[in-house]
Amino acid sequence: MRIVVLVKQVPDTAAQIQIKPDGSGIVEEGLKYILNPYDEFAVEEAVRLKEKISSSELFVLTVGLERTKEILRTCIAVGADQAVLILEEGEPLDPFSTAELLAKKIESLHPDLILSGKQAADDDMAYIGGAVAQRLNFPFVSVVTQVEILENGKKAKIKRQIEGGEEIIEVDLPCVLSAQKGLNEPRYPSLAGMMKAKKKEIEVIKAADLVPDIRKFARTKLERLQPVPVRPAGKILQGSPEKMVKDLVRFLKDEEKVI
Amino acid sequence: MLVKGAGISFDLSEDHLMIQDMVRKFAEKEVSPGAGERDRSMEFPRDICSKLGELGLMGVNTPTEYGGAGMDSISYAIIIEELSRACASTGVVAAVQNTLAQLPLYRFGTEELKRKYLPDLAAGKKIGAYCLTEPSSGSDAGSLQTMAQKNGDFYFLNGQKLFVTNGMAADFFIVYATIDKSKGNKGISAFVVERTFPGFKIVRKEEMLGVRASGTAQIAFENCRVPVSNLIGEEGDGFKIALTTLDSGRISIASQAVGIAQGAYDAALKYSKERSQFGKTISNFQFVQEMLVDMITYIEAARLLVYRSSYLKDKGVPFSKEASMAKYFASTMSEKATSHALQIHGGYGYTKDYPVERFYRDARVTEIYEGTTEVQKMVIARNILGG
Repeated sequence: MRIVVLVKQVPDTAAQIQIKPDGSGIVEEGLKYILNPYDEFAVEEAVRLKEKISSSELFVLTVGLERTKEILRTCIAVGADQAVLILEEGEPLDPFSTAELLAKKIESLHPDLILSGKQAADDDMAYIGGAVAQRLNFPFVSVVTQVEILENGKKAKIKRQIEGGEEIIEVDLPCVLSAQKGLNEPRYPSLAGMMKAKKKEIEVIKAADLVPDIRKFARTKLERLQPVPVRPAGKILQGSPEKMVKDLVRFLKDEEKVI
Repeated sequence: MLVKGAGISFDLSEDHLMIQDMVRKFAEKEVSPGAGERDRSMEFPRDICSKLGELGLMGVNTPTEYGGAGMDSISYAIIIEELSRACASTGVVAAVQNTLAQLPLYRFGTEELKRKYLPDLAAGKKIGAYCLTEPSSGSDAGSLQTMAQKNGDFYFLNGQKLFVTNGMAADFFIVYATIDKSKGNKGISAFVVERTFPGFKIVRKEEMLGVRASGTAQIAFENCRVPVSNLIGEEGDGFKIALTTLDSGRISIASQAVGIAQGAYDAALKYSKERSQFGKTISNFQFVQEMLVDMITYIEAARLLVYRSSYLKDKGVPFSKEASMAKYFASTMSEKATSHALQIHGGYGYTKDYPVERFYRDARVTEIYEGTTEVQKMVIARNILGG
């Protein structure tokens, strides 16, 4: 079975994110970057499937910068066989272009199964899994909590959580699945795994060599980032009960216009 | 010509950062949650040992051909610090397993002993311990009384050992005994003793102020039968083996002391920003700030001493003086820092509702085991004065 996991490097979820004054992006100095936590579930599931199904091969694939190799090493350290970085050092791509790059590379890998996290912890877009599936004309099941491969790898039985219950879906392979928390408990990389990851060559492909003129695929454009407006302090009414009630009614009627 | 910034680096490598990241996560999720309970129950962290073994953290410096990870000493210092930051008992258990139980074997043991004992120790499948101290032999290790008498294919051991960390849970013990008391240090020899050897006896579990989950035991040997092939090195090599092992062991305990202090500091910093008195958080008060500032400054200084002694060890040059400096400074620092952390917590810090009283008790032993503060000073003095 050939499995591809799509991963993304995101700022540490514990970090305090600051927006650049011009709103073009976030301040990157001093930020620590990690493997997107939802992608950890996807990688772990792929490793478990690989361990269960003999002669499986596990690829991890990302679009990013030179530093993005760090998360690929983490993936190799926990069991991925091959890692591919699609290098794009210009302005960040829109998700549609990113999906195009990923799909282009995936075509050459002929996978039976593609996994990703259900969303990235930085932009929460929850876009890539679906977009890649659409582009490759594969079925897509999102927010999965259990994966079972059936019939010699022709189908999979999937569980996903919905409001008040679980949905059980049978899906044809190849397909794209996006991982939800609870799918598994990701393992820690071992020292031996880390040493293996250090020696392993990471395949680097320039985005332009994979898809010339990738930017023409863009369908969305980030206009700007802005901080959430600070909540104004609450008002405390004072005086006798009669006066406070009068003030409150006037406030709700004239200022907030809710009654 | 002098090049700016050349020749010295305070950056951990990408590998070291990756290890630190992994162990920190592991310690936060797997070690920290049960630390308070293990401190109360004195239960040895056997499951954690297995998990540490799977991750390669029980044979960090052990060569890869014997199942170890073959990593450098700085990686090891980072690992012991991060574990101790969550649970000092787990920190010392891992330290004894990694260094005291395995270094004598991979540095001085025969090929047969290495193959027989190291893989299971490095994998955390078996637990190792180290028996040097006796009722009347502590800092003066050369005065040990345990006897080893050779008879045919066996040595027969008789004597008592105290304060054996991991002892309650261990399968294999590195034991120091003398073949001839009249030879002094030159009579001391090192053996691997298995728990199942006839004449091996656990006398009792030590109930201690701190590191209470470390399975520390008192052990007796009553005509304990040890095959001659379990002698490490030659007869009379024991004292040299013990001193070599303790040099590295001092890096372990210095790392543990830094970890305990860091754990206490983390708790105190957080608490100082939550606790309000006189209408503001106590972090606003200069006396509290002074304690926090002293703690973190001394912690960082101690950590640099630990890294430097590890760096010298990795470089293959003498590091005994530097290891003693790191151990002396880090352990006295840790006692002070954990005391500050408790003070910042006030009355709450004195209760078992907060983890600082545990850090405070755990820090104390770092000034005693693996050579007391006074012994470290003696080592440093000998190094700078000669003789």
